[in-house]
Amino acid sequence: MNLTVNGLAREVESGPLTPLLRVLRDELGVHSPKVGCEQGGCGACTVVVDGAPRRSCLLPVGGLEGAEISTVEGLGTPDDLGVVQQAFTHHYAAQCGFCTSGMMMAAQAYVDGGGTDDREAIQEALAGHVCRCTGYVKIVDAVAAVARGDSFDLTVTAASAGMTSGGDLQ
Amino acid sequence: MTASEVLVPTTADEAVAAFGDGAGVTVIGGGTIVMPEITYGRLRPSKAILLGRAGLAGITRNGSTVTIGATTPVAELAGLPAPLGPCAANVGDPEVRGQATVAGNLCAGQGLAAPRGDLQGPLLALGAVVRSVGPGGERSEPLESFLPERESRLILDVGYEEAPAGAWVCLDRPHTHDYTALAVSAVRASDGSVRVAATGVAGHGVRLPSAEINADDPEAAGAAATADVTFEDDALASAWYREQTLPVLVRRALAGLKEAS
Repeated sequence: MNLTVNGLAREVESGPLTPLLRVLRDELGVHSPKVGCEQGGCGACTVVVDGAPRRSCLLPVGGLEGAEISTVEGLGTPDDLGVVQQAFTHHYAAQCGFCTSGMMMAAQAYVDGGGTDDREAIQEALAGHVCRCTGYVKIVDAVAAVARGDSFDLTVTAASAGMTSGGDLQ
Repeated sequence: MTASEVLVPTTADEAVAAFGDGAGVTVIGGGTIVMPEITYGRLRPSKAILLGRAGLAGITRNGSTVTIGATTPVAELAGLPAPLGPCAANVGDPEVRGQATVAGNLCAGQGLAAPRGDLQGPLLALGAVVRSVGPGGERSEPLESFLPERESRLILDVGYEEAPAGAWVCLDRPHTHDYTALAVSAVRASDGSVRVAATGVAGHGVRLPSAEINADDPEAAGAAATADVTFEDDALASAWYREQTLPVLVRRALAGLKEAS
């Protein structure tokens, strides 16, 4: 069967009940989606499928013929980061980084869908994503900044600014 | 991760033919419940049907009748009036709601350690009718009589008459990853009759007839409701806790129904 992954046509040989997560990582070498709980509960494997954020651990690949898949690898390159990647860098929105791929794909889908910088709306959009470093404040800061259309100076971080917005989020 | 046979029907007729009498068939709609079972090796399907491309999704209206296709994502119900809309909006998180299907929710078997099938409550209260295929062919029946057989049939759609007033209340979830421990739906139908249903009690969703006959007195209805159900312990709540809180939720649902009427 065939998928389009980050704009490239890819042929898939894995069995039809193989989760998309395992196809991406084990067959296609796309490693940004993380293997977390593998039961839809953590959000670390989230990718964008035909424009919508989806848990790749819950999608049997056999149902995805012709689908367009986007992962972090498609957001930008190390020398030319995508705007969500820039925001996460500038706002120091990653600690251990394990949840970051899923967070960024959900964030990208949120802003692509016209999401605003309303913090409650961002929290709802990211509600299925667990950050066990509990770094949620800076993640919401980063997504809000993208939604506002901020531009980012990657030579400095907004760590101190982010701290001032703490306390309104568990 | 292999099954001897995996079918991806592209029409409703193909899906019906693939399902046959359902013997030994694993149906995968959104995958949110079945895929972890496969991943963790608790389920090894010999024949699986991937239902997502069978054209069974969508909400249609014909006069006051609403028909919801089997693979309609739960997210698409979120804008409907209470009890169905608020209940759908409280399932999982936005990504799970976008993927999980209505029929998957209705057919969900008993969870490992938590109740499943939140939409059963609102649809029982709405007096929904399920159209399904399986042993004996196609039939339409009230959701109430369908639920005990839900794991052996393939749902095509579920329909109900729009109601003038509805209410839905639940125990809050600590996180989107939790199932809802207990919820109550109430509907006042066009003929004035009231239906009340609960999810999160033992097994699948159930009507609460003792609450219904006391619907004009929410306090009395709440007290009476505990006689209609069996409570069970699970990972989310004890039977004792559910028994204490069901009367409260019934009372709030019926008070909400009065306000909405």
